[in-house]
Amino acid sequence: MHMADALVAPAVAGTMYLCSAGAATYSVKKVRDMADPKKIPVMGIMGAFVFATQMINFTIPGTGSSGHLCGGMLLTGLLGPCGAFLTMISVLLIQCLLFADGGLLALGCNVCNMAFYGCFIGALIWRLFMKGGMTRGKIIAASIVGSVVTLQMGAFSVVIETLASGITELPFTAFLLAMQPIHLAIGTVEGLITAAVLSFVYSARPELLYCSDTSASENRLSVGKTLAIIGVCAALIGGGLSLFASSYPDGLEWSVERITGSTELDAEGSIYEAAGSVQETTSLLPDYAFKGSESAAGTSFSGIVGGAIVALVCIGGCTAFRFYKKAQTA
Amino acid sequence: MRGTMKNKSPMSKISSAITEIQRIEDLQKRDQWLNRIHPLVKLACTCFYIVCLVSFHPYDIQGVLSMGLYPLILFMAGDLSITDCLRRVRIVLPLVCLIGLFNPIFDRTPMLLFGFVVRAGFVSMLTLILKGVFAVLSSYILIASTSIENLCYAMSLLHLPGILITEILLIYRYVGLLLSETERITQAYSLRAPGQKGVHFKVWGSLAGQLLLRSMDRANDVFDSMSLRGYSSDFRYIKQYVRWRPSDIIYLALWCAVFLFLRNFPLLLLVGSLFI
Repeated sequence: MHMADALVAPAVAGTMYLCSAGAATYSVKKVRDMADPKKIPVMGIMGAFVFATQMINFTIPGTGSSGHLCGGMLLTGLLGPCGAFLTMISVLLIQCLLFADGGLLALGCNVCNMAFYGCFIGALIWRLFMKGGMTRGKIIAASIVGSVVTLQMGAFSVVIETLASGITELPFTAFLLAMQPIHLAIGTVEGLITAAVLSFVYSARPELLYCSDTSASENRLSVGKTLAIIGVCAALIGGGLSLFASSYPDGLEWSVERITGSTELDAEGSIYEAAGSVQETTSLLPDYAFKGSESAAGTSFSGIVGGAIVALVCIGGCTAFRFYKKAQTA
Repeated sequence: MRGTMKNKSPMSKISSAITEIQRIEDLQKRDQWLNRIHPLVKLACTCFYIVCLVSFHPYDIQGVLSMGLYPLILFMAGDLSITDCLRRVRIVLPLVCLIGLFNPIFDRTPMLLFGFVVRAGFVSMLTLILKGVFAVLSSYILIASTSIENLCYAMSLLHLPGILITEILLIYRYVGLLLSETERITQAYSLRAPGQKGVHFKVWGSLAGQLLLRSMDRANDVFDSMSLRGYSSDFRYIKQYVRWRPSDIIYLALWCAVFLFLRNFPLLLLVGSLFI
């Protein structure tokens, strides 16, 4: 899933570098705050370990094929999200330089697709499972679920980044259908291998695992902070990438244009006119721009505002749902 | 995240990785003019080249072809082997080709390419592949002429966090060691399990787990030895060996000017018009 330089446009690469840099700055600060001088050498050796063990073929029973270790989830299970993230960045950079696995320009994308999801989202899943104590079953479940979920998110990001770069004519759905199922299989196998290794560590030296004691809370990444990071990333992507939004019609508009000759359908009648006037009055940013303006800043602003509104609606909806459920149980 | 259907034996894969690292280290140690250029200049040059390269329009195959000048000149002047480098392209090409292959199917607009009418999707596919190959070639020029220590020094000049640079140096320092250890383990395993492809699922955990625990212990030993040698959470890079020279600035300015020219003017067409 390492993306090559040819698969990303400079604008997409720049945006993803910014997102990755944000997460890296946060991780560096957290690791520094830990003030544990032993942490750095351990992270270095673990990076080299992941690098080396990714070359071992693990036979998948009954298939005749083999799988590999999932680096992100394994490192998260041992080092916590911030240490694991910095280690994964270093591993990806060395892989890119020494083995041409991934590109220099696409490094930001690869860090986001493999390190960010594997470490930060993986850590959230890990902590969720480890609530109330660590058991072998929980380790296996967390490893498999974590690997599958983070790989799916990574594969989805590859699709988005490649399409946003405009380098493929492949439709979104077809690309998605090609990427997601294969990564579901890869994620399951990698999750099983990660589970086997972490279970072994649990039986031999459980104190090495993340969240195995109270010190884990020092390295804790709260749900709020994770949401804040994702929010910043969304703002950057919405605000930055929307500047380069295509002026061509989208898939639906394209289909309509092919059939009718125009991207918009003319509808007549009082109901349509009334609905149109309501929409015109209420829409804050018609056609993704400021009212009466067609500037790029308006498009960019609409990306950020759109992200904020969607987030507000989601949070509002969830809060309302929680109140409703509470009221029901009371 | 690698594919699940690789059939190459683990031993040969690890051996080839070790050989590749050694080969690149040998190239980095050569006393060549390219190796003596300031690492920050080479890093900046490579990044600017890749940015210019990927910013070409998908149909601008002539523009992308003209960008081949940079690797062509440096491979020849730097005495680098193109065949050694092209082996690295095999890692990048499958995904690039897979994505590019769909372009001729979905983009059937007729287009003129070197006098032939072809599908526009075919042109964008070729452009994509060329971009992928040239980007790998330029990264290879960088790594074949610059050691990781020098690259880390260049990154420190760009104010990258010290922790990250230390991490890169440590991983690079120990990757060879752990690759050798992994090779020994897999070799010992394969000798005890002849004819078996890969590691049996019953020993998945213990095989890699043992290596992991040993690596953790090794990390503690490394930390102790580093502390005894005066380690204080930061490495002193090789500042004393790397000096700025006027030729470095000329090299950077020259290549940047060339990239900008190639990006904005159709060199191949201009040269062709002189003869036709």
